[in-house]
Amino acid sequence: MNRLQQLLHRIRPAAALPTAPIQATASAAVPVLSLSDLVIAYQEGQQPAQNVVHGVSFDVLPGEVVALVGESGSGKTTTAQAVIGLLAENGRLVSGRIQLGGRDITRWSPRQMDGLRGAVVSLIPQDPTSSLNPVQTVGRQVAEILRLHDGARGAAARRARQQRVIELLGHVGLSQPELRARQYPHELSGGMKQRVLIAIAIALKPALIIADEPTSALDVTVQKRILDLIDELRRESGTAVLLVTHDLGVAADRANRLVVLQGGRIQEQGLTQDVLRSPSSAYTRKLLADAPSLAQGRQRPAIERSAQNAQPAVVVEDLVHQFDLPGRSAPFVAVDKVSFSVARGTTHAIVGESGSGKTTTARDVVGFRQPTSGRILIEGQDLTALRGEALRLARRRIQLVHQNPFSSLDPRQTIFEIIEEPLRNYERLARAEREARVREMLERVGLGPTLLARRPHALSGGQRQRVAIARALVLRPQVVVFDEAVSALDVTVQAQILALLEKLQRELGLTYLFISHDLAVVRQIADTVSVLHNGRQVDAGPIEDVFERPGSDYTRALIAAIPGQKHWPSSPRIPHDATADFHSFAHRSAAQTPGLFQQAA
Amino acid sequence: MSALPDTFPSLSTPASSTLAARAHSVWRGARRGPLSLWLAWLVLAAVALCALAPGLVTHFSPVQGIAGQQLQAPGAAHWLGTDALGRDVYTRVVYGAVHSLSGAFVAVAMGLVLGTLLGLIAGASGGLVDDAIMRLVDVLLSVPALLLSLAIIIILGFGTINAAIAVGVASIAGFARLLRSEVVRVRRSDYVEAAFGSGGRFWPVLWRHVLPNSLTSVIALAALQFGSAILAISTLGFLGYGAPPPTPEWGLLIAEGRNYISTAWWLTTVPGLVVVLVVLSANRISAALHKANA
Repeated sequence: MNRLQQLLHRIRPAAALPTAPIQATASAAVPVLSLSDLVIAYQEGQQPAQNVVHGVSFDVLPGEVVALVGESGSGKTTTAQAVIGLLAENGRLVSGRIQLGGRDITRWSPRQMDGLRGAVVSLIPQDPTSSLNPVQTVGRQVAEILRLHDGARGAAARRARQQRVIELLGHVGLSQPELRARQYPHELSGGMKQRVLIAIAIALKPALIIADEPTSALDVTVQKRILDLIDELRRESGTAVLLVTHDLGVAADRANRLVVLQGGRIQEQGLTQDVLRSPSSAYTRKLLADAPSLAQGRQRPAIERSAQNAQPAVVVEDLVHQFDLPGRSAPFVAVDKVSFSVARGTTHAIVGESGSGKTTTARDVVGFRQPTSGRILIEGQDLTALRGEALRLARRRIQLVHQNPFSSLDPRQTIFEIIEEPLRNYERLARAEREARVREMLERVGLGPTLLARRPHALSGGQRQRVAIARALVLRPQVVVFDEAVSALDVTVQAQILALLEKLQRELGLTYLFISHDLAVVRQIADTVSVLHNGRQVDAGPIEDVFERPGSDYTRALIAAIPGQKHWPSSPRIPHDATADFHSFAHRSAAQTPGLFQQAA
Repeated sequence: MSALPDTFPSLSTPASSTLAARAHSVWRGARRGPLSLWLAWLVLAAVALCALAPGLVTHFSPVQGIAGQQLQAPGAAHWLGTDALGRDVYTRVVYGAVHSLSGAFVAVAMGLVLGTLLGLIAGASGGLVDDAIMRLVDVLLSVPALLLSLAIIIILGFGTINAAIAVGVASIAGFARLLRSEVVRVRRSDYVEAAFGSGGRFWPVLWRHVLPNSLTSVIALAALQFGSAILAISTLGFLGYGAPPPTPEWGLLIAEGRNYISTAWWLTTVPGLVVVLVVLSANRISAALHKANA
């Protein structure tokens, strides 16, 4: 939080600088980027080329933020890659026109594009951890783009570049820029690396920055700071930004205009507040309803209080988990005295950013690892006291659903074998009976029996996650632990899975432990919540209490970082910060349309 | 290869039955493969035929020489000439296939089974067991393979099968190391954790999930090892540690031909070329397997 405040203090004066008057001059100005009827095809092996982008047209005006919103496979990244001339090798621009600042660059050679990239249009890539060269210092990598474009040689030019690198690193909010310039990427955190990449992107003051999911690999609080930084730099220099994102909340907060893509076609485009207020396409309406950060209306009914007297399904007491680090005398404390209890039939969420100890807690609760100290009671039975076969038998009552459905299913098994396997481990059933149980479970998770003979690679991400849920539930466990189980899914699929989880909980009386970094999702599904920070539990209690009266600065920062808040109805308890003033009109308009943004709790 | 489709006219027409349809798709898939891969399979198929039914491809005896026809150059009667005892070289090479091929099979099977077992145990159990097995593997790797094979064959005694065992033992280390690295990778995967989470016991999970998902690269290595095993067995035969004369083992054929190399070049060249062809074919197929897995 301190870091955030410092940053805000540092940028605030800059906000007073003259900004490009976006709305007023928009109609007169030449668009920075203009796409018309863009068609892009991919060639796979010997098969005929397949069009993935079908006639996309939109403009980006100077100083404007346009968000290209869509789910995976919508062609948003392909479109962005085409603009900067970085289509994959098997990609081809079939027809259409790309104009950059009035110049037609559609048929430009890679060599001609080299002169544009960085200077006129630059890219902030998706994954900061893999986008920097690990064997070069950060300073050299920033200097590289300057060197490529000024072409100057000699010591004086080098010194001037060095000076500019340090300026740039300072400008993107890195502390001690001289030190950072000498460091290697592995010495920096994910957020710092993304700042370095932003420094490279803005080094030559391009007219257009393409930000391809610039924050989806980062924690929420870091995400907010990085987006604030991009916003700030944009306002300072009047650069236009093409923001490619799957997160409608992020797009709603940051963009002047939205372009909604589905299956390579534009479903809708227009001013952000117009699209949000009165979406014209059914797909946009669905996206809006499914985005957890925007759909504030969908709240869980309060827990039936009668259940509280009963014995809780899960009790965790003073859980401590330490890891011995080689070469260090003091062990690393991943989880430090975490305690919570979950009433039967309710959902408890564990929220935290990477390194908060939430995954370690989940693994301990499922019995994969032995904690250093503390007790874990599942239906009154202490899991930490069990070993070997007794632990294996106890495990059937508590099942885990992994984050990534692409890696949690054995690629060599059929769907039937995957769901059947837990039954074979615990119950001696006749084959016919096993098959009946598998089929029943598959139907419960909303999949057709035709999938039984297929293998995971033939299924979509959502279908796979349903299979993983079926595998967890086929043993009829009492407790299910979800380790970021919806984070890897598209919003509409995520909404379907969340609805499925609620339905299953009602039907089977399940108790959920829901591990997540996404507070917006947690708010939808959880009854109680624990907020973890650096292994410590900094906040805990019923979900409304924690959201309305956060007990720690960290929780407040987390809540403030939920994207999409600018379009929430004004509610005094959500702390708004400096960025909110940017789009004050959107705020008003959203408040006037309670039909779309239903009252938050 | 472009002429080949004409020999299967029925397959290129739209298939009526499912069997024909399947054959058709297999044929189409194979036709897309490169020519060199086709030739490699052809060479191995020919060698396999020689090993299984040598009587079909030649009517001479591999051990009985014909008096008066010693050291004849390749010609109409003896396609690849005769040796010092009047035996047909072509026939001897054909009859030698079974020795080289079965030897290579035994060697690869041995390396594959024992190496896989060691690698699986090491990778799956970790800790002390892993350390102990992998240090043993290091020791095996540090001794040159030929020296190791010679040492083993001195203990076991001469003979084709013993030579094969010796070559097999020398290849255990490579298999073990490769499989261990794969097992360690697969063991950390989510689906193995999920298998334990849904109540799997150690050995069944290893058998059902870890092993099948680790084997692909080992299979490619086995194909590669098949070529090297033929070469190694021929080497041992050449040095006189393999089958005793008059067995027409390829390495032994080359060794016997050495004395006549200035007057009868075909005695060493023909079996030498056959060994080279078979090894190259095995390597080509291994490369294709590797590529298919990657």
